Amino acid sequence: MQLNILLFGITKEIVGQQKVKFDMPEQASVGNLLKSLKQAYPGLESLDAMLVAVNSEYGQQNQILHESDEIAIIPPVSGG
Amino acid sequence: MDAMINETKINILLSDQPLDIKVALEAVNDGSAGAVDIFIGTVRNKTQERTVVRLEYEAYDSMAVKEMEKLAEETSGKWPVAKIAIHHRKGTLYIGDIAVIIAVSTPHRQEAFEACKYTIDSLKQRVPIWKKEIFEDGETWVAAHP
Repeated sequence: MQLNILLFGITKEIVGQQKVKFDMPEQASVGNLLKSLKQAYPGLESLDAMLVAVNSEYGQQNQILHESDEIAIIPPVSGG
Repeated sequence: MDAMINETKINILLSDQPLDIKVALEAVNDGSAGAVDIFIGTVRNKTQERTVVRLEYEAYDSMAVKEMEKLAEETSGKWPVAKIAIHHRKGTLYIGDIAVIIAVSTPHRQEAFEACKYTIDSLKQRVPIWKKEIFEDGETWVAAHP
């Protein structure tokens, strides 16, 4: 399946794009996606923490992803 | 572009326009409240020894508004909040500009202080907003862990 991934902050700079399409096997989880992204973009390994949001909610590691999901990579936040 | 949720009790704003303290205070005005606590986060001119020129805030808008709303509800569950406003700026900010305003009204002062502190501390931990500091000699994405 092809996932649509939004990137923000430092992850946007590391990947060099605001949005990427990323191929993952069916039934891939949030944890699988993080691992694959770090392989595809080794710069992401340097981040302290990276979370994944699925449809505007923080996702769990074992949560299964679907092609229709809006997925965002959430590097450590720094609002305020 | 402004994203706003305006219920009677909860007032959320994420905007690329300057924030207005008066607007936040008016949003939490309530007859049942004997206390209003307001926190104003502003852009300072130094981080450690480096001189800051400006900040750039970026937000995942839809999720940030949702998380701010959830946070306001959570705070309201922990303290007897009459009204609460969370306003956050995005875009380019300069020294002295307001980045965030938290305003909370409650019956008594102690709970207003506590609710306000909890809200800003939690916002910095979980609301998907990112800040880039632009120095005289470089720039860096802040990864703040309060």
